[in-house]
Amino acid sequence: MDYESLKLIWWLLVGVLLIGFAIMDGHDMGVGTLLPFVGRNDLERRAVINTVAPHWEGNQVWFVTAGGAIFAAWPLIYATAFSGFYWAMMAALWALFFRPVGFTYRSKIHNATWRSTWDWGLFIGGAVPPIIFGVAFGNLLLGVPFQFDDTLRSSYTGTFWQLLNPFGLLAGVVSLSMLTFQGANYLMLRTEGDIYRRVRTASLIFGVATLVTFALAGLWIMKGIDGYVITSHIDPNALPDPMDKTVVKTAGAWMSNYTTYAWAKWIPIGTFIAIALGIVFSRLHKAGLAFVASSITCAGIIGTAGVSMFPFLMPSSSDPRSSLTVWDSVSSELTLGVMLGATVVFMPLIIFYTSWAYKVMWGKVTTDFIKANDHSVY
Amino acid sequence: MISTELVDISRLQFAVTALYHFLFVPLTIGLAVMLVAMELTYVTTGRPIYKDMVKFWGKLFGINFALGVTTGITMEFQFGTNWAYYSHYVGDIFGAPLAIEGLMAFFLESTFIGLFFFGWDKLSKWKHFMVTVFMALGSNLSALWILIANGWMQNPVGTEFSFITMRMEMTDFWSIVFNPVAQAKFVHTVSAGYVTAALFVLGISSYYLLKGRDLDFARRSFRIAAGFGFASALSVIVLGDESGYSVGEAQHTKLAAMEAMWHTEPAPAPFTLFALPNEKTQTNEYEIQIPYAMGLIGTRSISKTIPGIAEIKEKNRARIINGMIAVTALEQLRKDKTNATALATFNAHKVDLGFGLLLKKYTEDVSAATPAMIQQAVDSTIPKIAPMFWSFRIMVALGFLFLILFSFALLYSIKGNFIEKRWLLRWALWFIPMPWVAIELGWIVAEYGRQPWSIYGVLPTHLSVSSLTPGNVYASLAGFVAFYTVLLIVEVYLMAKYARLGPASLGTGRYHGETKHGGGTIPVGAPADKA
Repeated sequence: MDYESLKLIWWLLVGVLLIGFAIMDGHDMGVGTLLPFVGRNDLERRAVINTVAPHWEGNQVWFVTAGGAIFAAWPLIYATAFSGFYWAMMAALWALFFRPVGFTYRSKIHNATWRSTWDWGLFIGGAVPPIIFGVAFGNLLLGVPFQFDDTLRSSYTGTFWQLLNPFGLLAGVVSLSMLTFQGANYLMLRTEGDIYRRVRTASLIFGVATLVTFALAGLWIMKGIDGYVITSHIDPNALPDPMDKTVVKTAGAWMSNYTTYAWAKWIPIGTFIAIALGIVFSRLHKAGLAFVASSITCAGIIGTAGVSMFPFLMPSSSDPRSSLTVWDSVSSELTLGVMLGATVVFMPLIIFYTSWAYKVMWGKVTTDFIKANDHSVY
Repeated sequence: MISTELVDISRLQFAVTALYHFLFVPLTIGLAVMLVAMELTYVTTGRPIYKDMVKFWGKLFGINFALGVTTGITMEFQFGTNWAYYSHYVGDIFGAPLAIEGLMAFFLESTFIGLFFFGWDKLSKWKHFMVTVFMALGSNLSALWILIANGWMQNPVGTEFSFITMRMEMTDFWSIVFNPVAQAKFVHTVSAGYVTAALFVLGISSYYLLKGRDLDFARRSFRIAAGFGFASALSVIVLGDESGYSVGEAQHTKLAAMEAMWHTEPAPAPFTLFALPNEKTQTNEYEIQIPYAMGLIGTRSISKTIPGIAEIKEKNRARIINGMIAVTALEQLRKDKTNATALATFNAHKVDLGFGLLLKKYTEDVSAATPAMIQQAVDSTIPKIAPMFWSFRIMVALGFLFLILFSFALLYSIKGNFIEKRWLLRWALWFIPMPWVAIELGWIVAEYGRQPWSIYGVLPTHLSVSSLTPGNVYASLAGFVAFYTVLLIVEVYLMAKYARLGPASLGTGRYHGETKHGGGTIPVGAPADKA
């Protein structure tokens, strides 16, 4: 396999890992976000938490592995984005702190204040990371102020507050709505009674919110955001060197892939259809189909962002030539090959045993079940 | 020039978060394996007490695991946030084991840990046992891949620098996997985790025995811990990390530093039992030595010499001077990639590129480094001796004390009279924290001992940092300290509460503190709350 193919495959695979993260870790982040609102007393909240109790740890590994894969496959992105978005990353990290301890420690002590504190901790751990990741994606679409020196040392010249611009924040809301929609649909599958009624309402609200904000973001990209274009010749098989190209910022550039590749427009169109179907299924009490639709929504929204920017991953607004692309952010051919081998071997296994784990634990989690298993559940 | 303050504060943040993360990981690795042993006993004997043991020690395992996960994400993030140049420069090699760890090990461990806790009623005995096995396998494989990554930092094999991509690139994946330093580290670190877990179980069981409660439960736990602990303590010592010290120059430097061996001694070198190393005069005061011992430990032979500090420094001086030429040629190449003379010069000297880069700490223009700067760089290649010397000695002393403790525990387990040996039970109880002391010191020897390098001979720590202001890192460090302090208080509180509560926390009605409530279920934590 040649270097160009490997570079493209890894663009797809990082996409797959991010989508896997959104579908899997996303649904339990959505559960965390909804927790204080759909559970009105301790038993109800425990029922909500225990729908993800056996799975959140495995799901969080999608996040860890996506991070590791970006480190290995796109070291320059890992270095530039994580250090550039320093405070955003710290905020996401600290918000994530609340999850393992929130889940594990919450029900270990019989005290209302203790438990409610961790419930809000799980809310923070569920809501803050999706917002931050959304804001980060939004800023990638806008371009990020950074540049490289002769030794490829990156420096970010913006501030943290600069990331919180209107479009970035809108992207944050898209991301939060999408994952909360996903979490609500998952909860519809696993709960009943009052909790079910509340999560269904949440599903409808966040489904509509996803539809509206995704449409708004799309319009904004079409009308008001300049994309980036490579203006020099690119040899996709060349050793990666981001400084070996020229780039300009142009209006409408983020739409050009949809004209170049006619099939690409079906990604955003399909996403709209998936969101609409998700809302319809939720109304019709078809929880399983609604969950499938919101999972496709996650894939579609991430896919739309990726395809719009392709081949860019992290354009530089202050020094466009420093922009990072699919061709020049990557690791060596050998590393990409080794990683591909590892993914091909282990990803099917992961999907297999994760499915098995869900199958074993499947069923509605009720307040009666919590009462009966007070000592062994969260 | 990169600010030294930024480098120092970034290092401090990394050290604080890594040492903290390492409080939880070894117990996870070790307890997972002990849970397998306990559950195997349960599935083969069918006696419910062993199931209770798996569940109770599993509860404590879970409290500990939560913080391991929490603080592990910090480690992954931090390479990108605070060590961005490192991530770029060696991500091609270093990232792969981290990603494979996720795919192969962490997914396995984390998926099965959920079933371990919540699958008791949904799975058959043997299926649940297999779940526990996969969980333990996952946590041990995690350690393997992380230590492959770490071993590569100490002994960077299978890699080559590319001036086009301006980074190290992987040339041989399998040599990175089978790096002898990584393999030695894996065995040593994992065994240390087993010791930690064994002493944890032994000490808490001793507490119940001293209190005269839950005797049957505690006795059985004590025996398993004694056997497992003895084997592990032996393995930590026999398969000590220094078995990997004969390979790689980083390891030679560490060995010389932790032995305070200022000069090469004729083989086999003596082992310095006690000394006060003096950095100024480069000599040891009040030295007490055991002849031949160091040569045997360090080289596993009587004829190989171990290089001393003065000799290592002179070798490094030559490499720094050679490296200056490589750095200068590289700078020319980066400006003009077609410069054939620069390329030829670079290729002739690139083995010492990393040593040349050491000078970047003292000057922007490496080609114009003064003899004083070169001397500074030479001196910097040896870490401070006293912390290395004492960390190593305390760690080794503790290692032997663990072996003695477990020997007694095993002996009296076989004789069946350990309950009468109250001194042994008290020793085990009060010794619970000591494996952590040994482990943290081991981390210091391995990681501080690698300084001034982040990748030995390849990338100086000084150049590895992100382009941040020190203020940013001070603030984030303050945040970590605040979060971690609160989390530690919560964790230790819960751990102590559940350890004190004992198997009664399972609510089976069979254990201490439950019968007075009529044997029915009692609210979680009730007896301890009243105490």
